[in-house]
Amino acid sequence: MSVTTRRTRLAAAALAAITAIGGLAACGKDDEKPAAGEKPAKLVVDTFGEMGYDELVKQYEKDTGIKVELRKTAQLGEYRPKLVRYLATGKGAADVTALEEGILNEFKPNPRNWADLSPLVADHSKEYLPWKWELGKAQDGRLIGLPTDVGSLAVCYRKDLFQAAGLPTERDQVSALWPDWKGFHDAGLKYKQGSGGKAFIDSITAVSNGVLFQGNGDLFYDKEDNIIADTSPAVKNAWETATSMADISAKASTWSPEWSGGFKQGTFAATFCPSWMLGIVADNSGPANKGKWDVAAVPGGGGNWGGSWLAVPAQSKYPTEAAKLAEYLTNAKSQVEAFKLKGPLPTNLEALKNEAFLGYTNEYFSNAPTGKIFGESVAKIQPIYLGPKHQAVKENALEPALRAFENGQADKNKAWEQFTKDAKTQGAF
Amino acid sequence: MSLSATTARPSPAAPPSPDVSRRRRRGRLLNRLDVKYSPYLYIAPFFLIFGVFGLYPMLRTAWMSLHDWDMIGEHSFIGFDNYTRLVSDEYFWNALVNTFGIFALSTIPQLLLALFLANLLNRSLLRAKTFFRMAIFMPNVVSVAAVAIVFGMLFQREFGLFNWLLSFVGVDPVDWDGHRWSSWTAISSMVNWRWTGYNTLILLAGMQAIPKDLYEAAEIDGAGPWRQFWQITLPMLKPTFIFVVILSTIGGMQLFTEPLLFGNGNIIGGNQREFQTLAMYMYEMGIVNLNTAGYGAAIAWAIFMIIIVVSLFNFLLVRRSAK
Repeated sequence: MSVTTRRTRLAAAALAAITAIGGLAACGKDDEKPAAGEKPAKLVVDTFGEMGYDELVKQYEKDTGIKVELRKTAQLGEYRPKLVRYLATGKGAADVTALEEGILNEFKPNPRNWADLSPLVADHSKEYLPWKWELGKAQDGRLIGLPTDVGSLAVCYRKDLFQAAGLPTERDQVSALWPDWKGFHDAGLKYKQGSGGKAFIDSITAVSNGVLFQGNGDLFYDKEDNIIADTSPAVKNAWETATSMADISAKASTWSPEWSGGFKQGTFAATFCPSWMLGIVADNSGPANKGKWDVAAVPGGGGNWGGSWLAVPAQSKYPTEAAKLAEYLTNAKSQVEAFKLKGPLPTNLEALKNEAFLGYTNEYFSNAPTGKIFGESVAKIQPIYLGPKHQAVKENALEPALRAFENGQADKNKAWEQFTKDAKTQGAF
Repeated sequence: MSLSATTARPSPAAPPSPDVSRRRRRGRLLNRLDVKYSPYLYIAPFFLIFGVFGLYPMLRTAWMSLHDWDMIGEHSFIGFDNYTRLVSDEYFWNALVNTFGIFALSTIPQLLLALFLANLLNRSLLRAKTFFRMAIFMPNVVSVAAVAIVFGMLFQREFGLFNWLLSFVGVDPVDWDGHRWSSWTAISSMVNWRWTGYNTLILLAGMQAIPKDLYEAAEIDGAGPWRQFWQITLPMLKPTFIFVVILSTIGGMQLFTEPLLFGNGNIIGGNQREFQTLAMYMYEMGIVNLNTAGYGAAIAWAIFMIIIVVSLFNFLLVRRSAK
């Protein structure tokens, strides 16, 4: 036997061994579905951030006798790759999975990864904010997600800084300063003048975020999912409004160290707050600034930033039971409970009218009636169609271009060119 | 292979009973199998692990790179389209330039400094040698993320230490992540801080392997320390130096965590991609954008090829210049 043939044979054997291992791994888990109607011993729920399900899940266990495992991931950035891995490999996903707005849109072009909930749960379409309910549906009409919460939008502002600069501090008067974005800019200029040149808002991307969701009409995509970022009037409007605010901006982009440090240092006096942002503002500002912040209405009425749905992955062994659990977690009573525990805003119409919700005040923010403020803002949110890669276009095309303009790296035309070019590549799917 | 020699055993003098001979024959067969194949068994664990975690992912990536691959959806075979697209992709070339820029800014000063420090530590006059050797290695033990976060704070625009120091010499605050040169400098400084000590230790080990009598002979011949360094230390250090250069090349071409955290975790690395490295671009296309996983795989292979080419180039360069 010559050395070469022996080597080849060995290589072949090794390769065979490797394939065998791969094959074993591939069929290691049996995929057999349980008989229909069989009650599961346990259901798994995947959530990110704080959705306030801790107590609800315990109640569900008591009511049904089904054990529920709540898997929480703190950061969305950590949550998404995990989810992608579950879907790509076809195993590991929870029975009920929370999907954030950006993720949901991104997953929609492949609806077969998700169970169609409409035959599994009763018809709830009239019980939720209509646009929110519609966003839970995929292009092929299947119902992927049941609505959980919505971000809504308000303005968080520093009363002490406003006072020092000669602006009103009482929240209704502050809201009256800016019925529209022009009013907001004027207030910013007045603040700048009164404070000796200090910046009014954190960044112009925060502004664009606010304006985008007030837009009438499509944003980066039309209803057929064609990219129209360069021609959409709503996008252009957000662009113009945001760029006009550069002279009152602290150039501290959201989540940057300049931004989180800026809360304590008072480098800006106002920022845009979805309801889930309140906790972050409080954390960044620290206990020393308790009572200095307050919450006012957003210019131009309602607005939205973020929000989630509960979905059942197609790989779940108990889609029926999982759908029931998702239904329970999103009903009116549960949404109010979750809000009281951790603060996600309800999307269920009945929950939005709930006394406990409307009467809620936030201690850190000078006892602002946040339930009422956000609840009113929710009602004004315009239904908007978001395309599959809305989030990517917003975060990796629009916002970098705005920041480049804000920091003086590009003039307005150059920055717009950068945006429209990147929107095409980022938006392709 | 001379394995066959062992099979020719001397036959016993007296003919054994048939039962014994059968047993003996079987024993001989087992023995032959043992001698022939067990070495392969001994080295098999490495090859199995390499196969599963090294070779298989590489081949799989190559296969993916020939497809239009959606991470959570369909894939279709498109041949070399991903690679042709790569050639005309402006952002790929941008990432390539960034990677090489940061690589040059970090590797060259780093190796020079490491060489200098190693030479200092190699002096027999130095006291508390072990302390210095330990101290210089410390930065390497710190996690990359911690380094990147701390340096990110030092390079902040508003409250950063470096801008504060610059203000004393009358320099306006620098927007460190707003320009190519400043972001490259900041990122390189993280890499340098973390890896200089490591390279110093490896070079030092190489220096200590150089026979002392060479230096003694040189001294007798009247060569000063500078001459000794150029004509003994450097040439004798060649193999170690090649090793260090290749390691730095691989590390530099795969630079990821430092620039990512420097830009607050944004995968595009700066508002105009001023410091997006190849590895970041691969991650953006292959992992973040679900629908371009095939293109990301093509970038991964491109990085692999580039590393091979650059390593070869460095290898030749170092070998020639040290001759």
